[in-house]
Amino acid sequence: MSGRRIGVYVCHCGGNISDYVDVERVVQAVKDNDDVVVVRDAMFTCSDATQQEIATDIAEQQLDGLVVASCSPKLHTFTFRDVARRAGLNPYEYTQVNIREQCSWTHTDDRDGATRKAVKLVRAGIARTRLSEPLEPLEVETMPRVLVIGGGIAGMRAAIGLADIGLSVFLVERKLELGGWVGGFGEMFPHAKKGRALIAELKDEIKRRPAITVFTNAELTAKSGTYGNYRAVVRANGESIELEVGQIVVTTGFDSYEPEAGQYGYGIDGVLTLPEFKRLLDESEGPLLHEGKPVRNIAYVYCVGSRDAEHPYCSRFCCSAAVHASLLAVDRDADIRQYHLYRDLRTYGKNELMFNESRKRGSLYLKFADDDLPKVARNDDGLSVTVRDLLTAGEEVTIAADLVVLVTGMVPRQNEELVRTLKLPVGQDGFFNEIHPKLRPVETVVDGVMIAGACQGPKTSAESVASGLAAVAQGAAVLKRGVAELDPQVAVVNVSACTSCGECVAACPFGAISLTTTNGSDGPGVAVIDAAACKGCGGCVPVCPEDAIDLKGYTDSQVRAMIDGLLVGAET
Amino acid sequence: MTQTLQAGTEAARGYEPRVLVFSTNTISDPGIDLAGSSHMHYSPEVVVISLPCTSGIKPSWILYALERNFDGVFIASDGDECGYLSDCSQRSSRIVQEAQTLLAQHGIDGGRLKMAAICSVCAEPFAKHIREFTKALAELEA
Repeated sequence: MSGRRIGVYVCHCGGNISDYVDVERVVQAVKDNDDVVVVRDAMFTCSDATQQEIATDIAEQQLDGLVVASCSPKLHTFTFRDVARRAGLNPYEYTQVNIREQCSWTHTDDRDGATRKAVKLVRAGIARTRLSEPLEPLEVETMPRVLVIGGGIAGMRAAIGLADIGLSVFLVERKLELGGWVGGFGEMFPHAKKGRALIAELKDEIKRRPAITVFTNAELTAKSGTYGNYRAVVRANGESIELEVGQIVVTTGFDSYEPEAGQYGYGIDGVLTLPEFKRLLDESEGPLLHEGKPVRNIAYVYCVGSRDAEHPYCSRFCCSAAVHASLLAVDRDADIRQYHLYRDLRTYGKNELMFNESRKRGSLYLKFADDDLPKVARNDDGLSVTVRDLLTAGEEVTIAADLVVLVTGMVPRQNEELVRTLKLPVGQDGFFNEIHPKLRPVETVVDGVMIAGACQGPKTSAESVASGLAAVAQGAAVLKRGVAELDPQVAVVNVSACTSCGECVAACPFGAISLTTTNGSDGPGVAVIDAAACKGCGGCVPVCPEDAIDLKGYTDSQVRAMIDGLLVGAET
Repeated sequence: MTQTLQAGTEAARGYEPRVLVFSTNTISDPGIDLAGSSHMHYSPEVVVISLPCTSGIKPSWILYALERNFDGVFIASDGDECGYLSDCSQRSSRIVQEAQTLLAQHGIDGGRLKMAAICSVCAEPFAKHIREFTKALAELEA
């Protein structure tokens, strides 16, 4: 017994944990552990009600340690640190135990194994907490400037929002002009306004704000520094410019899926991708012509480059965009015949009204099976599309078409250098990953680097702008305070063991460690670590020949206690 | 010895080596999370302690874990992706070398320690490494 008073909370996460881990058995296995005074399970520990319950326990039971066994620490560490803080417990007296990603979800095939592992993980968390100590965050001043990378609609709107909130902005665009995809578009849904006009308005707004500096034909080439105080190098028109910024917002957008040659006849004259068809609509007037010939019949093939083996996700904007394009086509020629060949179709939200309108105005919808795709061929009369229509009892239909539009989805833009420079987290689908889709939707695991818009995954322009503005709010929340809190989990020297050999000084690339000449008396000096300069990597810990350095939160005794905790209880 | 075998119990599965993984908070731990989110199965006897950086692992912790009844230690290292130290790979290699010397001094088979770089999306490589390591450890026991 160490005399600590620890509360342990085990989460069901709906069923994400409790479907695979016997939560009650975990509770029973740890409730008699030394120093554990409260153990509870909860359907959702992150819910307001349970947070309140934890806070009440901390106060009423005078808890001096908190263990939450739920999801990965990447999700809710800050949530529960706040719960502790609100209840008067130092946030660093809390340990997060990952029994979801690294337990229930890994061992969905083995309830008994997963349960025993959860017990061990929770015991290790208790062992660590027993040795925790209160730590106070260090505060550093932050630079009230933001670097926005990507000058499409999301980046432009974010830049304006940041400027209006009183921050300086550097907006970097790889191309010669701001505007991205939207800058090339004519009429867009749902308000019939032209994309080009939207971008022209945003450009005017940017010009009116001296706080925004735009770099076109420019790319980020390097980033260094620390949270709130980054040094970014931007190469613009062949010249390198060094910028000091407090935060970075990445709004680099998407690429349109490029079909393979021969996929649904791609490569045959008259087979276009959705962006190619959109350009045809946007850059002409009057009756629709393709290479001088009138277009009277159009076949659309949906889900090209979406929801397949290589791109398992839905690109979500394309159903609505294709239906909208077909409305633009019927505006030009009321007698045009349009055939929509789809696997599944969802013009979600208010866009459903466009779908209804398209049917009223003559569009026909045919549904094909996932394993029986339409075939596109060219013959003497033009293009033909053969499809087996599930809605007419599987009848095979051949459609003569002047144009075939492949409704192509969004794919992640290839940005390897940017990923390397910023160490951006890339998901399995190739898009950038946020920390939490609901709770921290624009932050990444890289401190001070946010993502917004379609670089996170398929989004409409409206959704991209909304996430750009989320990044504004999130950025301002830190930069307008003027100070950022640095993690106090830094390295410390046990001066009584230090022999002033200097190994740690050589091991620290941040210059955080120095040797004092004397320690006040006549003896040799000792190593001193500057907490504000220390990054908390722990790289100096194993190089000390005297074992005199500990990283707070990961001390020698804590790691050993966790190892012990992970071995106890294999019998439960 | 007779035993009632139940599906899903350790007895039914046979011997499963106990493996301690050292991961890192921002690089390999997210990769291990992703393996779990993707339901990539491996032995539940594999448990993880996450640290800020691979270069902060003490060789003595590795020895301690193996002496305290873990059958193997797997270091899911930052590799060249480390956000702290540009020479993290070299530092980690040195830590492994020192640990191997320690293990040899204590008569522990060097095959019980393995290191591989695991990136933040290296879910499949992690699961594969762990399955292979677990198998190699089981063979050491045989």
